[in-house]
Amino acid sequence: MKLSENWLREWVNPNLTTADLVEQITMAGLEVDAVEPVAGEFSGVVVGEILEAEQHPDADKLRVCKVAGNGDEICQVVCGAPNARPGIKIPFATVGAVLPPGEDGKPFKIKKAKLRGVESFGMLCAQVELQLGEDSDGIWELAEDAPVGADLREYLNLNDQCIEVDLTPNRSDCLSVKGIARDVAVLNRLELKEPKIAPVAPTIDDVLKVTLNAGEACSRYVGRVIRGVDVSQGSPLWMQEKLRRAGVRSIDAVVDVTNYVLLELGQPMHAFDLNTLQGGVQARMADDGEKLTLLDGQEVELKSDTLVIADDEKAVAMAGIMGGEATSVTSATQDIFLESAFFFPVAIAGRARNYGLHTDSSHRFERGVDYKLQAVAIERATQLLLDIVGGQAGPVIEVENEHAPKDREVSLRRSRILSGLGFSMDDEEVVDILTRLGLEMSVKADSGWRFKVPSYRFDIAIEEDLLEELARIYGYNRLPTTSLNADLSIPMQYEARIGLSAVRSQLVARGYQEAITYSFVEPKLLKHFDPDAEPVELQNPISADMAVMRTTLWPGLVSSLQHNLNRQQDRVRLFEAGQRFIAEGKGIENLKQEPMLAGLIYGPRLEESWTGKSDNVDFYDIKGDLESVLSLLADDASFSFEPAKHPALHPGQSAAVMRNGEQVGLLGAMHPQLQKTLGLTHSVYLFEITQASIAEAKLPSFEPLSKFPEVRRDIAVIVDQTTAVSDLQKVIEKGAGDCLTELKVFDVYVGKGIDPHRKSVALGLTFQHPSRTLTEDEINASMDVVIRSLEESYNASLR
Amino acid sequence: MENLAALTEEALKLVADAQDLAALDHVRVEYLGKKGQITALLKSLGKLSAEERPAAGAKINEAKQAVQEKLVERKQAMEQAAIDAKLAEETIDVTLPGRGQTNGGLHPVTRTLQRIQDIFAAVGYAVEVGPEIEDDYHNFEALNIPGHHPARAMHDTFYVKSEQVKSDGPAATDAKYVLRTHTSPVQVRTMENQEPPIRIICPGRVYRCDSDLTHTPMFHQVEGLVVDKGISFADLKGTVDQFLKAFFEADVPVRFRPSYFPFTEPSAEVDIQCTNCGGKGCRVCSHTGWLEIMGCGMVHPNVFKASGVDTETYTGFAFGMGVERLAMLRYGVNDLRMFFENDLKFLGQF
Repeated sequence: MKLSENWLREWVNPNLTTADLVEQITMAGLEVDAVEPVAGEFSGVVVGEILEAEQHPDADKLRVCKVAGNGDEICQVVCGAPNARPGIKIPFATVGAVLPPGEDGKPFKIKKAKLRGVESFGMLCAQVELQLGEDSDGIWELAEDAPVGADLREYLNLNDQCIEVDLTPNRSDCLSVKGIARDVAVLNRLELKEPKIAPVAPTIDDVLKVTLNAGEACSRYVGRVIRGVDVSQGSPLWMQEKLRRAGVRSIDAVVDVTNYVLLELGQPMHAFDLNTLQGGVQARMADDGEKLTLLDGQEVELKSDTLVIADDEKAVAMAGIMGGEATSVTSATQDIFLESAFFFPVAIAGRARNYGLHTDSSHRFERGVDYKLQAVAIERATQLLLDIVGGQAGPVIEVENEHAPKDREVSLRRSRILSGLGFSMDDEEVVDILTRLGLEMSVKADSGWRFKVPSYRFDIAIEEDLLEELARIYGYNRLPTTSLNADLSIPMQYEARIGLSAVRSQLVARGYQEAITYSFVEPKLLKHFDPDAEPVELQNPISADMAVMRTTLWPGLVSSLQHNLNRQQDRVRLFEAGQRFIAEGKGIENLKQEPMLAGLIYGPRLEESWTGKSDNVDFYDIKGDLESVLSLLADDASFSFEPAKHPALHPGQSAAVMRNGEQVGLLGAMHPQLQKTLGLTHSVYLFEITQASIAEAKLPSFEPLSKFPEVRRDIAVIVDQTTAVSDLQKVIEKGAGDCLTELKVFDVYVGKGIDPHRKSVALGLTFQHPSRTLTEDEINASMDVVIRSLEESYNASLR
Repeated sequence: MENLAALTEEALKLVADAQDLAALDHVRVEYLGKKGQITALLKSLGKLSAEERPAAGAKINEAKQAVQEKLVERKQAMEQAAIDAKLAEETIDVTLPGRGQTNGGLHPVTRTLQRIQDIFAAVGYAVEVGPEIEDDYHNFEALNIPGHHPARAMHDTFYVKSEQVKSDGPAATDAKYVLRTHTSPVQVRTMENQEPPIRIICPGRVYRCDSDLTHTPMFHQVEGLVVDKGISFADLKGTVDQFLKAFFEADVPVRFRPSYFPFTEPSAEVDIQCTNCGGKGCRVCSHTGWLEIMGCGMVHPNVFKASGVDTETYTGFAFGMGVERLAMLRYGVNDLRMFFENDLKFLGQF
């Protein structure tokens, strides 16, 4: 809602500066977004009159004018405007005037000048030059009765501000000058200075038959015929200026008047060209597929949930949203039918949006228009119209059905003020505030009150709404402030739950930067990582590259990698924690929204350093990083890694992460083909694991320390290259018996001196007995079992 | 005996001239060893008379001791020099950087979220999370935002293509699913499943169909909810005020403005005095001196009713804030979109 400060002050004029007024209403919940002067900064501009205008001797396009207005002096001014002619009143910037800054930001000073040899004392101005409007076609022609010599700022009342109020959807009562003035009056304990709106006595008998056929959707319709209007002239300057300052363009006198009443009182109105209506008018729901060409020229196909105003033949307006083109007022219109109706918010809400429309009218109706305003508004509009366009008004036609809103009452318990606001307000103050707001006390009892809610306050329906009004007018910041009290009960503290923050810290310590990427990704990119997925699609994505919900975090991380590679980074280590979305079947219950942890590494293992060039990362780097996270759970035995196949991963360098036999994640090198497709120079290593699998740790459980010496035996065995070392370890652990306390792989060798299909694996076995010293024989016996079973199971030979 | 002085002098000169430990040891053996020349003199004492013997013996011992002392002294000096030489040789440039993996860092949003959580956890709030693809009921209906409510226009909602998540069951046929536009549905779910007293905060990603200089289609919120007997607007004001002071580590002025949210009544918008200019007015606060920082209010009875909380027994308050906005103010970030570009030069600053 945008309005001029002066217009507001016509209604209520508190002794406050603009800044204080703006602060006051902002703090009362009517947030002021902007305050802007209604015109550019200028001075020294007066109302001038062109007395003579002659052709410039040396320039076709220039005229030499004699202009009155600068005191008693008649000034010679050279002017280039085509409309410069004797007899018109224009803005005249005299010598010494300062005009609003142009594009260079510097104020423009008017000096004595010579144009093509002719002296010029001042300048005749167009609207744009004064930042008073858009019009740049020639000089601005002021009203004929403009007083020559008057300061233009004073004449046009330009020492005014446009105040833009960002209203919340509940405060439809403030979508007018009257509404905001009402709140200002309450805040300052002032009376509203309402313009006198006296009923206009009909001078003709013409009426139109009005029928209500839409139940609750339209429960009151007020109309009036006015004949013999003259719309060839525009509306007066004062009205145009008020409209302009409220952000509304002047169209013609009739539209301007309806807009004026909308802004002034908050009642959206419509004017039909009476002679284009066939028979009477009715409010009814549209027929499905019924067509209507709107004022903006667009033809819409109506749906049956849309309320329309129709004549005997067809829909002529989308009720409360926009009128039809065929029945609109034109410059040829002589007779009009004015509409001032009450449409039920729920009947209008959302409809405009469904047709891609949003109008000042729909904005108000869907939030709620004062249901007692219709007759007043039509009187006000009639009065203004007769003044401006003349004509004869018929009697007011008022039709109402049983659905017309009834006055509401709301109770307020005294005890709720204390419990809700945290302090007890004096009874007098409670009643005073609510009465000033227009509520009427209907019942007063020991426990509290009942109040009748004014017809314009759609937002007041329950006790809490009254608490809010009390708080709002009393002042939110004057209300007490307390510390919250609560029982200090100690909740369970789960030691074995590993928080995500510990996991994050671990990865950060290993050189990873945390990334946050969008949960929606480009479908094509996602396909690379999850070709079989049927991702959840958005109905209204912001763009094609954010159209589907991710089924893995990898696309986001890889995009971030590319972003950084494009910015000269060569070493990237990123991780992200967030949900993935997997539709495992139809139905929300089959939609898995699973928190995941994913990582990516690329480029050199270590930052470039004087200590030497480090190799690029490989599979074992990312595996080590992931293992460091898993080690937070102190439950290594529950995890294992198994060779795995995944379309986005290198078939020979990818593993499934298993916990207690169930797959919980994946890691590996990006498939070289995909790497090439994505234009990445080096190998990319990725991991992704469910957060659930890394949430539960094992609590430490003490085992006594052995006092007896430990013995280590190393062996190197040659096995097929395809044999997994973890399989060898399993066999060793089984064969070595309970006294094996540690098993380490300390070398894996492939190459010279070994069958090319085979590899050498060196393992260190540590034995210790809890309660005695192991004998050489016992250890030898264990080692024999180990070696024999390695031979049998994996065709191993000792090196 | 006559050559004792000469021998001593000779030995001392050799000690002084010795260039290494071996030469020194050679001197020791030559003069003081079992077969050494000075030692030999001691053996010759027997040739002297009993009267002469003590004095001569003392003289020889004196000489021996003098040589011995010089030997030790010289040896220590040599050893020290050797150590010094070795240390000098081993000296490195300690200003060079250390070896190994450098630290990464947390995303500024995580850092900020963590900070907010820590503040509330310290006084007993629990953290609750929920699904990001929500049903219309939990995201809107249960929060007192029915189908055609104008407030829906305040939320530019992402809708999920329904054939994928539509249930086959008749009841849910027309159910619509959305990317949650706030974390408030987590509050509803918590109230559905938990008896008061409730003190929770709900952090997480939220989505709005809006993208420009100051909006990203995804961002983060933290909402808080307290439901108990006797919770008043004064408690809400106190909580919000204390939180903001704790978060900004400053006695920053806080003000409450009446506002509107369908799920709270009374509702308030909270401003803090501009952290950039201290209230004088600057570009950051659009010259108002204040920054809009969060929304809050007393839980609307309709929300309680939808979640099965008895409105006569319990009252409660809720508040919600944008994490990116707080992070921007706290760290002086001037472009919201940077949070999701994941540029290492940006991330590395936190």
